[in-house]
Amino acid sequence: MTVAAARALGSRDICFVGIGLPSAACNLARMTHAPGLTLIYESGTIETKPRVLPLSIGDGELCETALTTVSVPEMFRYWLQGGRITVGFLGGAQVDRFGNLNSTVIGKYGSPKVRLPGAGGATEIATSCGRIFIVMRQSPRTFVNRLDFMTTLGHGRTGRERRELGVTTEGPALLVTDLCIMKPGEETKEMAVVSLHPGVTMEAVRAATGWELRAADTVTETAPPTAAELEVLRELNRRTAEAHGRQVAE
Amino acid sequence: MAIFSNLAEAVATNVRDGDCVALEGFTHLIPFAAGHEIIRQRRRGLTLIRMTPDLLYDQMIGAGCAAKLIFSWGGNPGVGSLHRFRDAVERGWPCPLEIEEHSHAAMANAWAAGASGLPFAVFRGYIGVDLPGVNANIRFIDCPFTGEKLAAAPALRPDVGIIHAQKADGAGNVLIEGIAGVQKEVVLASKRSIVTVEEIVEDFGKRSPNAVILPAWTITAVVRAPGGARPSYAHGYYSRDNSFYVKWDEISRDRDTFTAWIRENIG
Repeated sequence: MTVAAARALGSRDICFVGIGLPSAACNLARMTHAPGLTLIYESGTIETKPRVLPLSIGDGELCETALTTVSVPEMFRYWLQGGRITVGFLGGAQVDRFGNLNSTVIGKYGSPKVRLPGAGGATEIATSCGRIFIVMRQSPRTFVNRLDFMTTLGHGRTGRERRELGVTTEGPALLVTDLCIMKPGEETKEMAVVSLHPGVTMEAVRAATGWELRAADTVTETAPPTAAELEVLRELNRRTAEAHGRQVAE
Repeated sequence: MAIFSNLAEAVATNVRDGDCVALEGFTHLIPFAAGHEIIRQRRRGLTLIRMTPDLLYDQMIGAGCAAKLIFSWGGNPGVGSLHRFRDAVERGWPCPLEIEEHSHAAMANAWAAGASGLPFAVFRGYIGVDLPGVNANIRFIDCPFTGEKLAAAPALRPDVGIIHAQKADGAGNVLIEGIAGVQKEVVLASKRSIVTVEEIVEDFGKRSPNAVILPAWTITAVVRAPGGARPSYAHGYYSRDNSFYVKWDEISRDRDTFTAWIRENIG
């Protein structure tokens, strides 16, 4: 999943990175095919080149290896809202067929079954970045027919809401899971499977999805990770585990 | 003008029951020592403000200091949930916790508005999402020039702002290095402020002309508190104790284990 997400990034991208899977994917891309990739973390670190994956969004490693570090208000105003970021990487507890995300509550907001961390930077990342890539582990509990709470706008509840609301950025352009890769339909903006990871069937993906999942006209097989990609990822994880005393990504 | 003080005195003088208090630090320079002093002095009914209420606010909420929380992301970074925060929101333990929830962009802008002496922040945000429906302090205004619909949130102007920093000089000026977060804005936006520092030096010496410095006359109290940001970190002094963040998950999961930890480690 990390490798598949990393491959979607190019050297010219300026990427707003979240902690966890997105951070692993972005740094893997930077260490393999996209050495020019610019990584920005919301703690204010610009053009950062961490040698190990950060455990938190504001680890010292990010600041020490950054070109410059700005304040948090400057980060959100000049850099994110200013429209300087090409790709934002997001995840969440729930995603729906239009790439809308929930990271706020499971159950009712006023009496939640599970209180999740909340929006953080996600709400404005989703509308300010050129495009959005979503990385999430797939299960019927996380890929739901209806979100309990909309923390972050994808293509909206109808697939047409971005345009109706005057949002000019593209929104979710890619959804990478541990089973497959999905992209939004050109007209409908509904997520459809474009690629299955090796050994995964469409039936298995459908069983892990809470809505009637469509396949794109052509479905390919995701190219398996190369020896070189795996080697870099393992080495990154080894350094990270050594630095934090535990595993951060896989 | 900043008065050099000790932690017990600075908290006793500046933090009162029912106050609106912000302890900030974006992962870096989190004022743990000052927060622990607030717990030790048994402050109650506080409105706590913090973009990322992580371990420190989990401890303060679990210890019963807070009546309300204004925040934008409440988790244990890279580890998981804040169990004391969740217990307060989901089950009202040890007391009910009212929440006012925002996004980071809103809070960052609201801090800048507070420091700027403005009544509210304006930014492009909260488009098409559910938060405005559950937080009456998120509103929208039309740009008077273009007509664009923009988001608005009240400026943050706490009674007390508390931050940790690397150094104060002999006059009480404060130097912040590394990830500066909203440290400067918090002090400038607050009616009273406490800054804890790693060390007090006679003179800052050679520094960048653009160094982040809060003049002494913007601060109420400066307190020497070496290690005052642990288990978070202070750039140039010590690194983040990541293993404690992992360990906190176990300590905080259970009410009794948590209470015992507070009693043993804070008092």
